This record gives sequence, C-alpha cells and structure tokens, in this order.
Amino acid sequence: MHYNLLLAFAMSGGGGEDAGLLGVNIGLAFWTVLTFLLLLLILGKFAWKPILKALDERETNIKSSLEAAERAKEETRKLTDENQKILAQAMEEANKLREESRSQAESIKNDILAEAKKKSDEMLASATHEIEVKKQEALSEIKNQIADISIDIASKILKANVDKEKNKTLIESGLNEIGKN
Amino acid sequence: MFSDTTHVIKDTLHIAAGDSVKAGAEDTGWILHHIMDGNYLDFSPFGKIYLPHFELFGIDISITRHTFFMLLSALILIFVLIKASKSYKKSPVPGRFTSAIEVLILFVRDEIAKPNIGHGFEKFVPYLLTCFFFILTGNFLGLVPFSATFTSNIAVTAMLATLTFLAVQIGGVMHNGFFGYFKGLIPHGIPVFLLPIMAVVEILGLFTKPFALAIRLFANMTAGHIVIYALISLIFVLQTLVVAPVSVGMALFIYLLEVLIALLQAYIFTMLSAVFIGLAVHQDH
Repeated sequence: MHYNLLLAFAMSGGGGEDAGLLGVNIGLAFWTVLTFLLLLLILGKFAWKPILKALDERETNIKSSLEAAERAKEETRKLTDENQKILAQAMEEANKLREESRSQAESIKNDILAEAKKKSDEMLASATHEIEVKKQEALSEIKNQIADISIDIASKILKANVDKEKNKTLIESGLNEIGKN
Repeated sequence: MFSDTTHVIKDTLHIAAGDSVKAGAEDTGWILHHIMDGNYLDFSPFGKIYLPHFELFGIDISITRHTFFMLLSALILIFVLIKASKSYKKSPVPGRFTSAIEVLILFVRDEIAKPNIGHGFEKFVPYLLTCFFFILTGNFLGLVPFSATFTSNIAVTAMLATLTFLAVQIGGVMHNGFFGYFKGLIPHGIPVFLLPIMAVVEILGLFTKPFALAIRLFANMTAGHIVIYALISLIFVLQTLVVAPVSVGMALFIYLLEVLIALLQAYIFTMLSAVFIGLAVHQDH
C-alpha cells in the first residue's frame, strides 16, 4: 500500500533526472550500506574501542582515586584522634610524675631538715655536756689547788709566826705568789 | 497513518516546488533538482564536475553527488576520530580537540545508550556512535555551500533504518534466543482469540518503526532545504528586489534552524534506535 504510493509519487514528483524525490536509487543504497558497514568496522576497531576503553579507564581511575582519598582522610582522622589521645595521656603522666617528684622532694627535704636538726641537737647536747664536764673538772682542779695553796700558806704562816712584822710580809708574799699563779 | 504522512509530504513538496502548472510561467523544478541526487558536483555558477559511472552485475552503482559527500563524510569521520583516539594514548586528559569529540561520545554513551538499552548496552554503543556521527556529519556537511545533503536522500535514510532494524532484530535474538524473541513480541496475558491479530500487529510494528525512522530523517533534512530555496525563489517569482532582504533574512533564519535540526535529527535517529534496541533486548517492559 505504502509502496504503491511511494512509487506513484516517485514517478510524478520532481525534476525528472532519475526517479524523483522518493525514488530509491539502488546504487546509492548499495554505497550507503557499504560505507556505513566499513565505517562501523574501521571506527569500531580504531576509534570507538580505544576511546571507550580510555574513557572507562579514566572513570575507574577517578573513582578509585576518590575512594583512596576518602580512605586516606579517614586514616588521617583516626591518626589525629590517636595522637590527641596519646598527647593527653602523656600530659597526664607528666603531671603525675611532676606531682610525685615534688612530693618526693618535699619528703626528702623534710627528712634532711629533720636529720640536720637532730644532728645539731645532738651536737649541741654533746657540746653542752662536754662543757659541763670540763667545767666540773676545772672547778674541782681549782678547788684542789686552792686547798693546796691554802694549806701551803697556812703551813708557811704557822712556820714563820714569830712577829707581827714577819707575819705580815709572809702573808703578803704568799698572796703575791697566788696572784702570780 | 503513513499514507497520511506521504500525502502531507507530497502536498508540501508540490506547494514548495510551486507546482509549475499552477504557478504559471515559472519553472520551479530547480528546487527539487538541487535537492535530489545527480551524477555531478554542482559548483554553479563556476561549473560542474561530472562523476564517474560504474556498473556491477548490471546495477548502476556510479558515484553520485550524494555518494561523493557520503564518502567524504566517512573520510572526515575516520580522520577526525582516529586522531582523537590517538590523543588518548598520549595522555588520559583530553585536549581541546579531543574534549569536543568526547562530549558527543559521552552523550551517546551515557544519555542515549545507557538509559534506553539498560543492562548490556555496551555491545550497541559502537553502532549507535557510528550512526550518530555519520548522520551528524552528513547533516552538517549538507549545510556547507556547494555541497549536498546525503541524509536527505530516501535511499540513504532507508538503508540506515534497515541497518537499525537489523541491529534491533540481532540484539533481540542474541539476548532472548530465536524463539524467545519472537514469542516475547506478543504481550503476556492477552486472550487467546486475539493472538492472531496481535501477532500481525506486532510484526507490522517491527517494520513501521524503522520506516518511521527513515521518513523522519529524510523529511526533516529535505524540508529545511526546500524552504530555503523557496524563500530565495520568492525574489524571482515576484520579480522584485524589494523582497530580497526579507527572503535572505528568512532564509538565514531557516538556515540557523537547520543547524539545530541537523544536531536534533542525528540525536533523534540514534535515540530511537537505542529505544527500539532496548525494547527488543528487554521485552518485559
């Protein structure tokens, strides 16, 4: 039905060279099929295949790059978190350490002070004691010497108790002797 | 429906051609003469180059004007696209020239093939790309002065539509198996007594789809040229120069419209091819 119409129009229409506007030129149809199939073959092999492959490769490349970037970002975030944690831990430890060392130093200082005080007390006590002993010793020596001298003087007085004058000189000389000592 | 289409085309052509009998003395057959094929390259007023004549088994396969421009566009495509494909070997980042080509390739692959064919679309991408670029180059080449539009020849569009028809059938058979494909043509769940009618309708449908493809491309590419020629011929029909600015202005407008149509028709042909392939491959929808 359509074909008849086409044919009728092809005959009636147009310039009259071959068949008209709607006439199918077999030669051109042949060339069309040949050209198109050759084009499909040549372009398919030398253009579409490499181009589509390159495009696919680029797309997968971009996709994987994006994924890698995402992963790297995640990793960085994790690492930063970890670092933060470690830093906080370290800070805490340092604080603890400082506190500990301070208290230790305090106790050592106190110990040293106490010991020093004790030692000085001891030294003071022993010094006092020694002084006391020495004083006692000196006192007893003085006492002995005074007794000896008194006895000496007394015996001299008793020996030379002849006259008043002589007594007087004796006492004086005796006292002088004490004074000299 | 299609007889109506042909009637409309016929009427349009008659009106556009001025129907020499009614128009009187003016012979406007030259419009069709310019649009139709011929055995020479027309560089008038500078002259004509006659093309060689071939015959094969008694069939005239001489190189005509449309054949010449078809082969020319094929050569342009091979040159340009192989150049583009080589640039990918140098670097995966496309240059200025390659980007321009790449946009179209990505458009055909991602906007035409992928959504319309769906799963397994990769096998048909080379065909659709070739189709798109071949028609696009043909359409644009027809807009160059002194050239001819081979996509406005019914023989060319009919063969392109036939190739799409074959691609559709091959795709359908490859994907669904020979019997599965033809069984799948008939929708599920229709009453048994309707089966003979449906079979006829569906098989007719197989052929009307590419027929519409062929007519659409042919008519669109022919119409614009006819309108441009008709507008220019107004100057001579009315025999006054006063109308010249109007004629030229409107012809220029139609020319620009044709630039759009050139791209649009290449897109539509490829798009519908993809849709038909998709329908044949995934019959359940």
